[in-house]
Amino acid sequence: MNKVVGIDQVIKKICDGATIFLGGFLGVGSPLKCIEKLAVSGKKDLTIISEVSGMPGGSFDMAILFKNRQVKKIITSHIGTCPELLEEYQAGRLEVELYPMGTWAEKVRAAGAGLGGVLTPTGVGTLVEEGKQKLTINGKEYLLELPLAAEFAFIKGYRGDKIGNIEYRGVSINCNKVIATAAKYTIAEVNEIVEIGEIDPNRVGTPGIYVNAVVQGNKFDEHVQVFNQRWDAIGQLKKK
Amino acid sequence: MDIREKIARRAALELSNGEFVNLGFGMPTAVPNFLPKGIQVTLQSENGCLMMGPTPYVGEADPDNANAGGQPITLLPGASIFDLCESFTIIRGGHVNTAILGGLEVDQEGNIANWAKNAANGDFSPGMGGAMDLVRGAQKIVCTLQHNDKKGESKVLKKCKLAITGRGVVDVIISEKAVFHVIDGGLVLIEKDPSLSLEDLEACTEAEFAVSPNLKDYRMSGINA
Repeated sequence: MNKVVGIDQVIKKICDGATIFLGGFLGVGSPLKCIEKLAVSGKKDLTIISEVSGMPGGSFDMAILFKNRQVKKIITSHIGTCPELLEEYQAGRLEVELYPMGTWAEKVRAAGAGLGGVLTPTGVGTLVEEGKQKLTINGKEYLLELPLAAEFAFIKGYRGDKIGNIEYRGVSINCNKVIATAAKYTIAEVNEIVEIGEIDPNRVGTPGIYVNAVVQGNKFDEHVQVFNQRWDAIGQLKKK
Repeated sequence: MDIREKIARRAALELSNGEFVNLGFGMPTAVPNFLPKGIQVTLQSENGCLMMGPTPYVGEADPDNANAGGQPITLLPGASIFDLCESFTIIRGGHVNTAILGGLEVDQEGNIANWAKNAANGDFSPGMGGAMDLVRGAQKIVCTLQHNDKKGESKVLKKCKLAITGRGVVDVIISEKAVFHVIDGGLVLIEKDPSLSLEDLEACTEAEFAVSPNLKDYRMSGINA
């Protein structure tokens, strides 16, 4: 079975009001090409579920979706970095649901792993415990956090083969690995599409069983260029 | 000396050789610049690595390696990378020795507030990110903050006014004026700036505190310690 498809084909499956995981951490490990196409598609009333929000400074990764007013809700741990998101939030057009980052991760993992929820001490005694069941286990208090799933997950890998095995590079694996497990339909954007057998099984970060579609993102050399230009433009690199 | 540098130099003295350390944004990120001689620590970044190195040069950044602020990083020999779930297994599971966080407020019960702002002032809250997990999981929590706000009001309080990040989690409070240990739900002053008398410090501190019998002058790595 060949899971390689064009991005447009995937975007067609998405309806207004869809719930969508976006991989990445402040732009790093983000499915940039899929986000661009999602922006062009004009799909609206989306619920975005992401570990954090867009790269500081904005005008990158998910920022365009907020600029276009395509998002009605975000479920995340932090919104402070993406100016376009903040503008929507402060204008009252965006609903924000916050979880501690580790709780967010375990909620997604629970959904992907078939668990009914997780017990975490994180957030006990804070606003986070409001409305949640509290359990005492061996004398220690925990909050019951429920699974968090979505209809779609856009993940970003380095290489992907035709049956959907995904190899990651560096820290950009971040939440990509876990969100791939918790969506009904998972799309992997990769820098290189390779033949079956070209990815060493030891290097498979996300097994193809979780992946429904593999799409071509920026080629690796473009990928290097995009980030170097971006970081240089916002003064994040050392001058020689 | 700049207040932030002063606090970072004091916070550096909280670290022991070989520790795994997570640093919050703001003042704590300067701490590694002031590590005492012979102290080496391993930094954990909650987006997924241990042993991050210095910022890369223009044109040499790896597009897949960045820190928890989205800034490009290099990886040192011996570095490891991992996904989000593993990163918070490390954090929540008690494997980080020390976390140094910035605080908006801290109080005498060891509560820290560092994520939510006062909506009544029209400020929005950016979210807690990984801080709530860190304060629950790291073995030692060091809260760094300026002692007083711009109006001179104490940020070391009887009870935090802002929404808290964790209840009773702080072990050490470091401001530019004093260092407190939180012991059995109360503060003990262990160091103070020698330019302040105890009365001066009490006057600018809302929290109640006991004074250690071994009270010392404020120490700073590379200056007097």
